[in-house]
Amino acid sequence: MRISREEVRHVAELSRIELRPEEEETFLSQLDDILTYMDQLNKLNTDDVEMAFHTWDLANVMRKDEPRPSLPREDALANAPERTRDAYKVPRVIE
Amino acid sequence: MKYLPTIGLEVHAHLATKSKMFCGCKTDFGAEPNVQTCPVCIGMPGTLPVPNELAIDYAIRVAVALNCNITQVTYFDRKNYYYPDLPKNYQISQSHNNLGDDGWIDIDIDGETMRINIDNVHLEEDAGKRVHSEGSGTRYSEVDLNRTGTPLLEVVTKPDMHTLEQVDAFMNDFRSMLLYMGVCDCKMQEGSLRFEASVSVAPEGASELGPRCELKNLNSMKSVLKAAEYEIGRQTSVLKNGGQNKQETRLWDDERGVSARMRRKEGSADYRYFPEPDLILLNISDERLARIRDELPEFAGRRSKRFQTEYGLPAYDAGVLVADAATADYFERLAAQTNDPKAASNWIMTEIMREMKDRKIEIEEFSGKVPAHRLGALIKEQKSGTISHNIAKEVFAEMVETGEDAPAIIERKGLRQISDTGELDAVVEKVLAENPSAVDDFKSGKKQAVGFLVGQIMRETKGKANPKVVNKLLAEKLG
Repeated sequence: MRISREEVRHVAELSRIELRPEEEETFLSQLDDILTYMDQLNKLNTDDVEMAFHTWDLANVMRKDEPRPSLPREDALANAPERTRDAYKVPRVIE
Repeated sequence: MKYLPTIGLEVHAHLATKSKMFCGCKTDFGAEPNVQTCPVCIGMPGTLPVPNELAIDYAIRVAVALNCNITQVTYFDRKNYYYPDLPKNYQISQSHNNLGDDGWIDIDIDGETMRINIDNVHLEEDAGKRVHSEGSGTRYSEVDLNRTGTPLLEVVTKPDMHTLEQVDAFMNDFRSMLLYMGVCDCKMQEGSLRFEASVSVAPEGASELGPRCELKNLNSMKSVLKAAEYEIGRQTSVLKNGGQNKQETRLWDDERGVSARMRRKEGSADYRYFPEPDLILLNISDERLARIRDELPEFAGRRSKRFQTEYGLPAYDAGVLVADAATADYFERLAAQTNDPKAASNWIMTEIMREMKDRKIEIEEFSGKVPAHRLGALIKEQKSGTISHNIAKEVFAEMVETGEDAPAIIERKGLRQISDTGELDAVVEKVLAENPSAVDDFKSGKKQAVGFLVGQIMRETKGKANPKVVNKLLAEKLG
């Protein structure tokens, strides 16, 4: 195994996902498969290959600093589970 | 045992662009909540960020000014965490490939140069903010996402500072550089410039630094200094009492003047950074870098030295004038107009600065009311003896109020200085006749009585008498 049950729980917690014990089992084996596959990729010799994040050979796609219209507030707040007149309503933030 | 405090700073600066980092929403401060957002900055699925070219230029400008090594092929990372003000649940930032690394600036401490090293400069986007104050009993917070996605530059210093004076000097110099470059408006009260301090204390001579506390919620430079001072005291007393400090994040309470440990769990900083797949590489060409280097302004330190040598100003004047780039520009225009740099400097440091303070305006707005060439004309009137210094101040106030030209005001109000000996002679005679006791005082050796007499003559002439002529006449008559 390349990943422990503890690590699966930790990753779930970081992602704010609650897992049932049988789900932990499922993800343990799936994540292990993924990591095994990564190991296989790591065996490739990439010494002469340039680092890349994309298959496109593109750089510097940018925009000018020009403001464009924003969403009306009603549209922006439309998907909020809870809202006030002008803001998103969230559980109290404790610092 | 003696203890040595060590301080590092983390600076966040909103870049002064009109639109956000990755979308076209405006970045105006003070807008109604949630009216400057769009699908990109509130993280709707399927949207794609596109970087703001000017924000990147500004960030490079700062990195270059801080003498950093520039990473010419760079990219953005995702920093993953959950917080109600972060709609995407990740912040686009830079972690492994900062725009700038290993820079420095030199600050001046009592005439000695001290180098503060810069760990890195990187570009990211700001989060939203909570709005409306909430009582301790409230179960909800309200979130405004207008600020979400505002271009945010982060500068991290090395822990090179050991005194509050050094921290103060660094903050002031860095702020001045940002203003000089025009990349940030540096309004701390609006959150466009924010400092966080990392403070640790260790026994003097120790080979390692103590565990550091990160101080948050520092809303002014004064709070930074107060919080750092408090924290140094707190950590020192823990050590003196045989205790140990631990690494933590503390929230500064400016009103109570204390810091308290933050309860919010930082998730052990497990941000799971990975390269932002929605953005492509940024390739900063040699030409672009050279252009940005060429465009760097003359910063305050060097400008202050030039003001001293080129204009012969005292170090104090030069320091005050260069603190703000626009003020220094105004001075240079005024000095050229009047051919009298010291007079120009005096006017700015007294009359103009007082007007700006009274009216709560900046030099740009003042300059709109009284441009340098108009003030220059007034100073020339004074220097030629047309008006006295006090009258000049009166005319100045009128100019600020009405925007009129100095000569026009002088004519309209009949303020031209009386230098005519004949005309003044009559006034002097009258004042001497009306104040025999002052005359006696003077004759019996109380030389200061002459001041009273000059005052009376000025009153008679509504301040228009030429002081030189008056003094000459008095000297003759009082023998």
